[in-house]
Amino acid sequence: MPQTHEPTPQQIKEQQLYREMGLSDEEFAKVEEILGRMPNYTETGIFAVMWSEHCSYKNSKPVLRKFPTSGSRVLQGPGEGAGIVDIGDKKAVVFKIESHNHPSAIEPYQGAATGVGGIIRDIFSMGARPIAMLNSLRFGELDTSRTKYLFEEVVAGIAGYGNCIGIPTVAGEVQFDACYEGNPLVNAMCVGIIDHKDIKKGQAKGVGNSVIYVGASTGKDGIHGATFASEELSEASEEKRPAVQVGDPFMEKLLLEACLEIIQSDALVGIQDMGAAGLTSSSAEMASKAGMGIEMNLDQVPQREPNMTPYEMMLSESQERMLLVVQKGREEEIFAITQKYDLEASVVGTVTEDKMLRLFFKGEVAAEIPVDALAEEAPVYNKPSKEPDYFAKFRQMENVEPEVESLEETLLHLLEQTTIASKEWVYDQYDYQVRTNTVVCPGSDAAVLRVRGTHKALAMTTDCNSRYIYLDPVEGGKIAVAEAARNIVCSGGQPLAITDCLNYGNPEKPEIFWQLEKSADGISEACRVLETPVIGGNVSLYNETNGEAVYPTPVIGMVGLIEDLSHITTQYFKKAGDLIYVIGGTKTEFGGSELQKMLTGKIEGKAPAIDLTVEKDRQRRLLRMIQAGWVASAHDVSEGGLSCALAECVMGTNLGLDVQLSGSMVTTLFSESQSRFVVSVKPENQAAFEVTMTDALQIGQVTDDGQYQITGQSNEKWIQLPVSELTRRWKGAIPKCLQKSKA
Amino acid sequence: MKYAVIVFPGSNCDVDMYHAICDELGEEVEYVWHTKSSLAGFDAILLPGGFTFGDYLRCGAIARFSPIMQAIIEAAKAGKPILGVCNGFQILVEAGLLPGALVRNKNLKFICRHINLIVKNNQTLFTSLYKKGEVIDIPIAHGEGSYYCDEETLKSLQENNQIVFSYDSNPNGSVDNIAGIINEQGNVLGMMPHPERAVDALLGSADGLKIFQSILANWRDTHAANA
Repeated sequence: MPQTHEPTPQQIKEQQLYREMGLSDEEFAKVEEILGRMPNYTETGIFAVMWSEHCSYKNSKPVLRKFPTSGSRVLQGPGEGAGIVDIGDKKAVVFKIESHNHPSAIEPYQGAATGVGGIIRDIFSMGARPIAMLNSLRFGELDTSRTKYLFEEVVAGIAGYGNCIGIPTVAGEVQFDACYEGNPLVNAMCVGIIDHKDIKKGQAKGVGNSVIYVGASTGKDGIHGATFASEELSEASEEKRPAVQVGDPFMEKLLLEACLEIIQSDALVGIQDMGAAGLTSSSAEMASKAGMGIEMNLDQVPQREPNMTPYEMMLSESQERMLLVVQKGREEEIFAITQKYDLEASVVGTVTEDKMLRLFFKGEVAAEIPVDALAEEAPVYNKPSKEPDYFAKFRQMENVEPEVESLEETLLHLLEQTTIASKEWVYDQYDYQVRTNTVVCPGSDAAVLRVRGTHKALAMTTDCNSRYIYLDPVEGGKIAVAEAARNIVCSGGQPLAITDCLNYGNPEKPEIFWQLEKSADGISEACRVLETPVIGGNVSLYNETNGEAVYPTPVIGMVGLIEDLSHITTQYFKKAGDLIYVIGGTKTEFGGSELQKMLTGKIEGKAPAIDLTVEKDRQRRLLRMIQAGWVASAHDVSEGGLSCALAECVMGTNLGLDVQLSGSMVTTLFSESQSRFVVSVKPENQAAFEVTMTDALQIGQVTDDGQYQITGQSNEKWIQLPVSELTRRWKGAIPKCLQKSKA
Repeated sequence: MKYAVIVFPGSNCDVDMYHAICDELGEEVEYVWHTKSSLAGFDAILLPGGFTFGDYLRCGAIARFSPIMQAIIEAAKAGKPILGVCNGFQILVEAGLLPGALVRNKNLKFICRHINLIVKNNQTLFTSLYKKGEVIDIPIAHGEGSYYCDEETLKSLQENNQIVFSYDSNPNGSVDNIAGIINEQGNVLGMMPHPERAVDALLGSADGLKIFQSILANWRDTHAANA
């Protein structure tokens, strides 16, 4: 059979066919210079995908360099499949977050499912056993049939993949804002545990060693997926549906178990997942990191359909595939394991010393490229940056207290806002308990998983209030990290490190690049002060639909270490009679708040201010109190302010609260000032607690009457509602939104 | 007492079952890969939850052809205790060791949550340590856990006291709120809720432990009687 007729090198150049693949004229000229000749079709495709933003970070590299990446516990920073942090007992935690935004906008079930599959492979290719999944999702307002469809299918896709492979989905966040309508965000994070001795890297060392392909066969799905991820979405994006991959969680379960067995063999030299840009990036990156080359015979690549071309094989993003480098002569040891799991495996190449990626196909050289040119020497752009006009306007706006008619109705409505409302409808569909380590299930500040064989546990969370970042990227960036750390501390954990998923619009627009740059400054500063280095992450740019960008959304995935199981704390009140405290003062700060959006439909003004020194000191002292056993419950104050935080402490229990507050009512109840916590303390621990938490103000106590009662200083009623009513409204909000479409 | 945890490709609650036995019950337990053909030396057989063979075709429909199934059927005939949980229950039904079928949840979604389970029959070797009518907290996690059978089968299940567990509040549309059933001989139990996830109060409930303790107590009684 003849091959499909590919354009000749002349045609690619003269007709500028490289542009369709995402290469600029300058980049194509650089390719010619590197090769000393015109590239053929396969080579052009390989350069295009390796130099896409998704693979090369060519637009974001100058920004990523700002992040602090080292720390005393960091065993592996950015650059490998995932970062690794020491947790003692010769164990370490491995974690990373990644986006799958564009595929999910076009084909939400498979887009989300393969996002989960991809990040899981990043973790087990390091040699770690994945123990938990988290996610962070953004959609448009939940009132159009399209958004409801995207929301339901994304959740189903995450559930379908995670439940089947048997890794619990334990935490996440879902927010709804109009800016995400055309371009939802689907970020998935995976956390794994590893013994220090098992840490593996994606390196192709040792001349003559075998390159082995394991897993699903290569099909024509996902060709140029990484390039697609590096463009804006538009009406024409529907045509890119073939660039979305299809997931098979059962295959990945087999691959996972096989790889974790293979990792115990010293015949294994290196291992890397075939993720974005598939066979191309895994081979080129492994070779480049080891200072080696790789030669592959593409006739040996397992193929899903006949007559596949080198171009298709190298650019396919078929899922559930791994590339291994194995000591020469010991291949059979690996095949014994892959056969147990009925996995396809074949030797596709060897490690060479000439630092070239050389591909053979039907006896001829199909491509020949220096590996460093692909992995290391991608162009880096310092994009122009410009403060957007809106910023100065927002900075000049005064902080004013909104007027509300009824405090009770306002609280009930806030609890029904989709961003605040209970996400039970979502996590009910996720198996969050499989592998029986989940101590704190979804719904509290952070999920907590015990570490078997130790007395320790891990707390984990994803966080990002993108409204604040839109209003003020520096302050908002700091808040995102600080809030994640607050969630970890409230669970009894010491924040260890973060992984970030930077979701922004088109970086070629100076105003968007400014958001990226400034928020990275804020994140970096918070990471330095809170001592939580960035150990890896992902950048997703071009999140725009028809020219409209999403809010800058750098999702922070944070993991913390709980030194002893007895330190595990949740946000829920425990017992009537316990004293309720609020830690941290409240100012009139409504810019980007839930109340502002609910009342005006707008996001504008100043973001809340944050003082990182205060934040750190408060977190440190609170953690000490929790570790000492003096705190019964702890919860951070975030969207919706103190009134919503108090509600979240009592909903889901059969308790009530009786609280007395002072100050201006609307500000006290609904302002979103930072660095605040609500904690409850047993009366016998009052003195010990107050000595250290000098900034904690006792505001009332937990009751057993099931009433949510707040009064002012002269005992005048502010709010009095049955907790059951709060719970009903809070839990019912999302199902109600979804029901409407079916009516 | 020695327990076997059968591992099929795609099983994913095997680890949970294993730890429930060795960490909480303190008995001997081993994983048995599905291609093995013998279960000699094991006193009880546990089929864990998961997605064997990806749930492709139908839940449990492919697993029932695994080589180990012959040994499981023989062990069932020999009267050994066999417990299938979730996907394990689905496999037992597909293999014809238990009547009926498990179909998609009524709301067509996967459901993961703690539920109240009622012990309908405490006269079995799996439930003898519970009180009849006792309400226990055991999590469910399934997409296809709605038990279905025809009226005739239901009648015989009821008459023979084969309904061992039922839901307090039906989460999935099961006929007669059925959550778990036993075979006529009384040695093969299938249930959708996960007792192996409820063996340690740290994780929210230890109400499931008595199932494993009952199996052990009954085995000890039998062996004391034989000795």
